[in-house]
Amino acid sequence: MTWTNPLTLLWQGWARHRDRDRPIRRVVSNLPFEDLKKRDQPNRQYEGNTIKTNKYTLWSFIPMNLFEQFHRMANVYFVGLAILNFVPVVNAFQPEVALIPICVILALTAVKDGWEDFRRYQSDQQLNNMPCFIFSRKQMRLVKRRWKDVRVGDFVRVLSNQIIPADILLLHTSDPNGVCHMETANLDGETNLKQRRVVPGFSTLGKPFQPQTFSSTVVCENPNNNLNVFKGYVERPDKRRTGFGIDSLLLRGCTVRNTDDAAGIVVYTGHETKSMLNNSGPRYKRSKIERKMNTDVLFCVLLLFFMCLIGALGHSIWLETFTTMPSYIVPDRNGNYTPSVLAGFYMFFTMIILLQVMIPVSLYVSIELVKMGQIFFITQDVELYDEELDSRVQCRALNITEDLGQIQYVFSDKTGTLTENKMVFRRCTILGTEYCHDENAARLAVVSGANEEEEDTLYQQTKLPPLFPLEELQDSHTGDKNHANTQVTAANRRRSRVAAGAQSDMAFSTPLETVVVPDRKLMLEVDRQMASILSGPYLDFFLALAICNTVVVSTVTAQRERVKGRSNSAYSGGSFHIMGQWFRKGSLRNIFSSMKFFKRGEDTLADPFAKDEDEPDMFHSSDVSDSTTGQKVISSESEVKRSLSGTEEVCYEAHSPDEAALIHAAKAYGFTMVERTPYYVTVKLPDDTLLKFEVLDVLTFDSTRRRMSIIVRHPHTNEIIMYTKGADSAIMERLGNVFSDMSQVDNVAKQIAVKTQKDLDMYARDGLRTLCFAKKVISEKEFKAWFAIRQEALSAIDEKEERLLDTATYIENNFTLLGATGIEDRLQESVPETIQALRRAGMQVWVLTGDKPETAINIAYSCKLLDHEDLVFTFSTNRKSVCKMRLEDTLGELRRSSLSPGAEVQFRGNNSAFTLMEHSIGLVIDGPTLSMAMSDDLVEQFVELCKHCRAVLCCRVTPLQKSSVVKLIRQKLRVMTLAIGDGANDVNMIQAADVGIGVSGQEGMQAVMASDFAITRFKHLQRLLLVHGHWCYSRLANMVIYFFYKNVAYVNLLFWYQFYCGFSATAMIDYWLMIFFNLLFTSAPPIMFGIMDKEVSDSTLLSLPELYKKGQHSEGYRRSTFWIAILDAFYQSLVCFFIPYWTYNGSDIGIFSFGTPMNTVSLFTIILHLAIEIKSWTVLHWVIMIGSVLVYFIVTLAYSAICTSCNPPSNPYWIMHKQMADPMFYLVCILTTVVALLPRYTLHVLRGTLAPSPHLSARQLERLPPSHREQRIREWRGLRDTCISPSLRSQEHSSSPCPSA
Amino acid sequence: MAASYNAKEEDGHLSGSSGLGGTAIRTRKPDNTAFKQQRLPAWQPILTAGTVLPAFFVIGLIFIPIGIGLFVTSNNIKEIEIEYTGTERSSPCFNCSQNFSWNSTTPCKCVLSFFLDQPFESNVFMYYGLSNFYQNHRRYVKSRDDSQLNGDLNSLKDPSKECEPYRFNEKPIAPCGAIANSMFNDTLDLFYIDPNGTKNPIPLIKKGIAWWTDKHVKFRNPAGSNLTAVFRDTAKPVNWLKPVYELDTDSENNGFINEDFIVWMRTAALPTFRKLYRIIQKKNNMTPTLPRGNYTLEVTYNYPVRSFEGRKRMILSTISWMGGKNPFLGIAYITVGSICFFLGVVLLFIHHKYGNRNNSSDISN
Repeated sequence: MTWTNPLTLLWQGWARHRDRDRPIRRVVSNLPFEDLKKRDQPNRQYEGNTIKTNKYTLWSFIPMNLFEQFHRMANVYFVGLAILNFVPVVNAFQPEVALIPICVILALTAVKDGWEDFRRYQSDQQLNNMPCFIFSRKQMRLVKRRWKDVRVGDFVRVLSNQIIPADILLLHTSDPNGVCHMETANLDGETNLKQRRVVPGFSTLGKPFQPQTFSSTVVCENPNNNLNVFKGYVERPDKRRTGFGIDSLLLRGCTVRNTDDAAGIVVYTGHETKSMLNNSGPRYKRSKIERKMNTDVLFCVLLLFFMCLIGALGHSIWLETFTTMPSYIVPDRNGNYTPSVLAGFYMFFTMIILLQVMIPVSLYVSIELVKMGQIFFITQDVELYDEELDSRVQCRALNITEDLGQIQYVFSDKTGTLTENKMVFRRCTILGTEYCHDENAARLAVVSGANEEEEDTLYQQTKLPPLFPLEELQDSHTGDKNHANTQVTAANRRRSRVAAGAQSDMAFSTPLETVVVPDRKLMLEVDRQMASILSGPYLDFFLALAICNTVVVSTVTAQRERVKGRSNSAYSGGSFHIMGQWFRKGSLRNIFSSMKFFKRGEDTLADPFAKDEDEPDMFHSSDVSDSTTGQKVISSESEVKRSLSGTEEVCYEAHSPDEAALIHAAKAYGFTMVERTPYYVTVKLPDDTLLKFEVLDVLTFDSTRRRMSIIVRHPHTNEIIMYTKGADSAIMERLGNVFSDMSQVDNVAKQIAVKTQKDLDMYARDGLRTLCFAKKVISEKEFKAWFAIRQEALSAIDEKEERLLDTATYIENNFTLLGATGIEDRLQESVPETIQALRRAGMQVWVLTGDKPETAINIAYSCKLLDHEDLVFTFSTNRKSVCKMRLEDTLGELRRSSLSPGAEVQFRGNNSAFTLMEHSIGLVIDGPTLSMAMSDDLVEQFVELCKHCRAVLCCRVTPLQKSSVVKLIRQKLRVMTLAIGDGANDVNMIQAADVGIGVSGQEGMQAVMASDFAITRFKHLQRLLLVHGHWCYSRLANMVIYFFYKNVAYVNLLFWYQFYCGFSATAMIDYWLMIFFNLLFTSAPPIMFGIMDKEVSDSTLLSLPELYKKGQHSEGYRRSTFWIAILDAFYQSLVCFFIPYWTYNGSDIGIFSFGTPMNTVSLFTIILHLAIEIKSWTVLHWVIMIGSVLVYFIVTLAYSAICTSCNPPSNPYWIMHKQMADPMFYLVCILTTVVALLPRYTLHVLRGTLAPSPHLSARQLERLPPSHREQRIREWRGLRDTCISPSLRSQEHSSSPCPSA
Repeated sequence: MAASYNAKEEDGHLSGSSGLGGTAIRTRKPDNTAFKQQRLPAWQPILTAGTVLPAFFVIGLIFIPIGIGLFVTSNNIKEIEIEYTGTERSSPCFNCSQNFSWNSTTPCKCVLSFFLDQPFESNVFMYYGLSNFYQNHRRYVKSRDDSQLNGDLNSLKDPSKECEPYRFNEKPIAPCGAIANSMFNDTLDLFYIDPNGTKNPIPLIKKGIAWWTDKHVKFRNPAGSNLTAVFRDTAKPVNWLKPVYELDTDSENNGFINEDFIVWMRTAALPTFRKLYRIIQKKNNMTPTLPRGNYTLEVTYNYPVRSFEGRKRMILSTISWMGGKNPFLGIAYITVGSICFFLGVVLLFIHHKYGNRNNSSDISN
């Protein structure tokens, strides 16, 4: 949370104002000015690198915290009351005492805030004092400084595995190619390495970095929070300009990897760095219950107003009855009596003070405490813990836990949320010929089967060699040798992922994805072409697969080093470290020369048919000796070294899983990309020749073009070739008629295109993700002309994106189609079950995806979103009129079928096991149609249609559309929405929904950062909603209702007394005891109730998702529930007042002796009322409930024993003792409590017997023996699913209505 | 986001140091304990007719006898109330009630006679009762200074502001405040008229009517051997005839610790109240404390109630363990007990008719 105090804000505003004059930032080297005073420094106006995220300083804590707290309405009310106490005419008993509750509440909040702030301060200090190296001119070398000393214009050097202290423009690296790898996990959670390169013209190869010679000016944009955009240029003394972009910027908070050292000039520091600008505080949402509660608080205010009004009027009228003033009416100090009307007016305010507790201000504090407790339990749930990622469920929004229990619409992303987002290469089509990769499919079937059943045993049977020697090594070193063997069931389900995920964060590299079994036919074809010539469409296809991407190659050592850096900076085995250093240097530089060495390894990969598919070495490792020895235990480091150097273990760090899948597929056919620098891509061909392509340009992927291209120069032919991959539509429409003069060739090309399209459609039907590959040969001249424009666009600052886009589209045309691939994105485990459960719980599930309709529909069927018996309407049109017509038609049809009972009956008659007709309607709509349907004139009909649909599937939607769909449904239908997604494209949607859930998966952390809750698997949603959501909802709803009841019941006691004291606002209860009553005696039980009550156990909730509907329909907290609670409170307070009243009427009892039994009775009633509501009593419940009563007696007795003449006028001395010595006291207490609670108790009993709610029935089920329970649950479900006979339904009207009702 | 960003830093740091030991991989896996997993053993009562039936019957069976006991006890208490306000012309106190002033020097006396048709055994408590007197009015209640009454000399000289306007009457008022100022000042004397016509005064004990703690702890005279000297610099309350140190001749019952005064200062809860005035002690087991016969009550009528249409009463009552006569609690217990019993019967019926459908079949099968 970035918080800046007003002064800094002012300063920043001024600075920004100054900056606005110059919309760019100019940075020059600090070195020439090193010894000058601060005001002569050229970069003085930029902030330092010190960060300060704490809000308060020691001296400003109290005023500032108070100031912030008074922004809350409740606190203002309280302070207003406190002030009112000091107005003399209202005759407060003890104004000072009135301050206590507000002080306690403010102090509690302040302590909480202060502690949080202190933690922020500590971590700031830690960061500010981290060491770094800054170049000093005086000493002509790098000196060790701390982060906070870094200034804009400094030259900073970062070593490998160090964290970058500020945003640095990269000017030098130790890498010969001028690249530097950076891990941004701290920033966005993405674990793949990002490549950064030196600003062109500054990579002085091999030379040491010499900052003192840097005399240029860096001109860049002002600080902004976009992590992916940065632009500017370096202006040399001779006015030459070199442009640079985000790929030359090292970001603060990231870690340098794989690069010995990197250096550059600091451009942004401290709070102006991109990472800090991206820091947004935790989100505060207001939950549905809270919104409702706030209106009920207003009702309480209204009630309070009326009661005070009655008091005021009563007092006036009472005073009017006297002709002369009796001795008990006290005149003011001058002996005058206040006129009765004025006295009544004053009395109004006195009454407010007396009855102030009516507004449950403590409710807000209690709710915060309760939510903290609820979040604690959610995050502690071991079922929501993911062993592979070692992560629990995260609650990022702290105050909407109960919204989880009220969700009506679920909007889900597809890729990565429903599916694993682990792409597996499935099939491809080249030049119109389809290669179905049956063998690969068979392998996947084996793996996936094992996935669900006993994968670990399968792995053990096949004696898999260590897939990740390093992880094994790590295991043995960390002493957890059993890691892979003992934790058999869950931990090993995706064994490799455990190793990869938990240990090294290796991206997208499980055997499932990395290993592709080549298609025999295709392999032969490739071999044939390889044998003859070094070119050909097949070769081109695989070359495109291998190089047309942004995958970074890193070696195993890099991975290992990351592990090391992460887990152990001072590793005891120093040799290991040294060995790593050696290997890292060695491997990168020497790997290409040691061809012989690779030859051997390559054989196994290139000729896989020599071995059985289930043979372990097929899975990965190419070291034959290793694979034959089976499960090898690495015993010594020398052996490790051998195994490391013996494997040609290239690791690919891909931005997207698709790319990883493709590059591994290419590898399977022998086309291995072994190196990528900004200038060269090296690919090893199946015959082990290395092709080193010069990279001329990369046109990166964007969502408008939906393709990416790489322009390379072929090392042999010297041709300039552009390889492009992209969505089929993005490629197909740009296929060129290059040979338009030769109609025959054209025909062939056309045929290929048609065939490929057919194959693509087939892939899509199978639910595969499709990508097309194409190439284009560019003539030297054409390229040169284009490149000039391109360079210009690159160094532009204004409209850079547009210009880049233009240049890209200019060159990307006239493609020659190479082929297409189909990649499978496998469903996550238990997705169909989860969707089914959510739906049974009454939630509407929508899937919004950017994929094409065919793929999406397929996935929808396989995850049971759509059923094969469903009536699916597909809306896909480009014309609005058509869209309108279809909408109207469909709606009309639906209305007819649902209105005419005959049709329904007939329908049921035909298929009695089937649910209602409206439940089997699915809607598939694509992006363009969606935007038409959501236009103003059609939106009503569209929403109406959606209401009828059981499932809605939106395809090809943009992130913006996703969020507008969510907003539309949320606003039009007034329903609670939940959005779940994993990628950056879901962020809008997640933020638009009432509850946003992020899936931390393969696509980085943006979704998680934007979310309210973060989970790791889609299936966790089921437990999160059905169990925790339901619990939190019913707990909080009950607690809030109880709180209202409690306050009203207590305050009304005082109110009734007003009728017997001339409406003079006397309290018959000691003021301190009144305060303690709320603050001490009755505060813990409801909080515990809100955190720990458990109506139905989790297993029952999961097996009967129908129970969730209680929350959806807000049954726990309705307006009627509120009023019933208030009525009950009135009744109970009447009883609590009048039974003691009649008992003591006419006797010689004193005011406060009279109040004592009432106070006690109230306590009993209020506590026992809660006892009736508590559904499950654990030890804690007993302790707190009995404890509260004990505390009451102890405190009251002690207080009334000590207080001889304190606290006038009540002066409680010995009153409690006197009362407790009187048997009447107990008789009154018992009778009153029984009478007060009798109606509620009886009502509960009657409801439990005559009309048990589904929850009660569920609780009864829990008492049955397990076997019996199963059967009953099945019966129940059957009953619910086939809500056929109306008579049956009417019988059950009191229980939860059937979904159809 | 700073928090999470920093948190990550911390995480990395921590795992770095813990990894060194190499004993266990640090895991964020939550503890699988009954508390954290919300699996604490719990008692889950289900409120249905079947389960709560006994409770209703038990309550009924306990409450009815208690109620009967209370009712009988209350009925055994003997009580007589004599109103002496004097609102009607026929009343002997009519004249006194008409011409009133707080500080008339000549006391107005009136005599009422009454007949006791039942003898009062055991100790008899004599109360005075006021009605429509709002001793519980907010400003009245707080118009006192407890530390002054506790003998604090500073408060004696400078009474609390709460006492306004009865705080200073040139000199500080002791005891200050409206409560003290309006103290009940009628004198009641009781005479037994022998069957032979002689008038025997009944000994009234004025000690022991206040709470022991009030008399000995809460109320204390300011330090000093001579009360008159102690209160020299104070004024008497406006409405009082005598200063506080002349309330009684007995030094143990004079000044602030005068029991009549203490009783008055314990403000009544309700506008109709009684306050203990005197105790008539039982003489011996043979004769009743107050035998059957004629009595006269002599009232020194000082206290005005006409302005608020109040009533003044004299009450004679024996008391039991449950205090004075009040049949309400007994009736209430009997009624509630009966209702519970009746509800029990209804529930039994309901349980028999509907309960089986729901649970017994589940549970028995």
